Amino acid sequence: MSEADGIVRLRQPIGVEYSWSAGPNATSHLSGLMNGKLIGKRCPSCTLVYFPPRNGVCPKCAAILAEDVEVGPKGTISTFCVVNVPFLGQKVKIPYVAAQIVLDGADISMQHLIQECEADEVRIGMRVEPVWKDRSEWGPTLESIAHFRPTGEPDAALGSKAGES
Amino acid sequence: MAERCAVVGVGQTNHSSCRADVSIAGLVREAVDRALADAGITIQDVDAVVIGKAPDSLEGVAMPELWLADALAAHGKPVFRVHTAGSVGGSTAIVAAQHVMAGIHGTVLTIGFEKQSDGNAMWALSVPIPFGMPVHAGAGGYFSPIVRGYITRSGAPSHIGAMVAVKDRTNACKNPYAHLHEPDWTLEKALETPMLWDPIRFIETCPSSDGAMALVLMSEERAEKMSGPKAWVHATAMRSEPTAFAGREQVSPRAGEMCAEDLWRKGGITKPAEEIDVVEMYVPFAWFEPMWLENLGFAPRNEGWRWVEDGVTEMTGSLPVNPSGGVLSSNPIGASGMIRFGEACMQVMGTAGEHQIDGAKKAVGHAYGGGSQFFAMWLVSSLKP
Repeated sequence: MSEADGIVRLRQPIGVEYSWSAGPNATSHLSGLMNGKLIGKRCPSCTLVYFPPRNGVCPKCAAILAEDVEVGPKGTISTFCVVNVPFLGQKVKIPYVAAQIVLDGADISMQHLIQECEADEVRIGMRVEPVWKDRSEWGPTLESIAHFRPTGEPDAALGSKAGES
Repeated sequence: MAERCAVVGVGQTNHSSCRADVSIAGLVREAVDRALADAGITIQDVDAVVIGKAPDSLEGVAMPELWLADALAAHGKPVFRVHTAGSVGGSTAIVAAQHVMAGIHGTVLTIGFEKQSDGNAMWALSVPIPFGMPVHAGAGGYFSPIVRGYITRSGAPSHIGAMVAVKDRTNACKNPYAHLHEPDWTLEKALETPMLWDPIRFIETCPSSDGAMALVLMSEERAEKMSGPKAWVHATAMRSEPTAFAGREQVSPRAGEMCAEDLWRKGGITKPAEEIDVVEMYVPFAWFEPMWLENLGFAPRNEGWRWVEDGVTEMTGSLPVNPSGGVLSSNPIGASGMIRFGEACMQVMGTAGEHQIDGAKKAVGHAYGGGSQFFAMWLVSSLKP
């Protein structure tokens, strides 16, 4: 409790616990991450591949994603942010690079951490590969991958399908 | 044929980082009382209330509309809550206008609010997404890569964001309601501020604010009986798109372009940059000013930054943007869109005081929210449609 200009203020922490049903479409993706595999889904209408498969529906066509597609493991950075700001609940030491990565064979980027190089070396078009945690730490989460690191290959141009700036 | 609708009252709080002197209800009532006084009516004259705020998690208060009904004298009246993330202030005002245009209510009170000091928005916007990688860092972390995309594709020099920020912070000194009053910024000093979310500098980010904006809207029949200035609603538009899809243009989202095209069509505007006198644009990160200049059809693709550099968007320029100081100077998130809409009204009503653009007849209010996926705009004028 604190007082500002004679007005009482109370501090009341809140918390939330919840269950989340993955549904059949995200289950193959999440099981893949428990087994060291990167599984996305192809839209039967526009044929684009989503990794992760989001809600199991193609956001453009509204078609139900059906076919499992293994993607990666390498990918290309489509854009990125160097995070220098500390905040409550932060899990990674700053400064760090949060990058949008389009995995080979996927048509949309996903966000992950870039390590094993300086922040100012990271660039759009840089080729990267996943560094998996120890097998005992694999779970139904992208956190099974510790981070991505540069492969040393020449930079790549992103395909027009990925399209993200 | 829709009814005509006019904004006859505009009221906002004195925005600041912590309004510890009032509760959320007190904050909202401050804006409401000012809007009612501006309109020259009492709270009993209101037929319906439309209220909006950003995600409940920002203050940790679920369904605030339930416990604000008493503060708004809404007994026996319809109360609606609108929610479209950061654009909510805009879409809430649009829902209120639609009640009047549909002929359902003659006098509607609408409010957007946020009391960020009661919660922790940075935390609320950085909660790890289940099964994702926990590297996300608030709104800045989301928008920074998109800004990098704009800089890369347009070839804009790196000082453009700081130029926008200095302009808006300078304009805010003319606005008594603005949160930040910082008259001493220069471009040189601005460029020395640290990179928070590289390529976004400290100066180029909005503050966290407590604040509210309220508007009184009336049908033509009722508005005609009011003696004060009026802002006639010429057109409203809203569009949405998914947060992410393959091939999405994130720098200039298609939904934003469609929203503006719809507004110009409905409002009979063929050359926006020539016909619009002033714009209150939703710019929480400075680089979004040139990005939205292009997205809304004011400037050609990749040219928005040149307009900033040439001073077009200064108060003395041909298309003033955010004479109020904008979101970069006050950001009570759920209110920010409605502040844009209300400030646009003040400009055509001639009540903007020191930040008045002389002779403004047509003004645009703009808001966006979520991952640049919800867009709301309105076009208001001192002249009847």
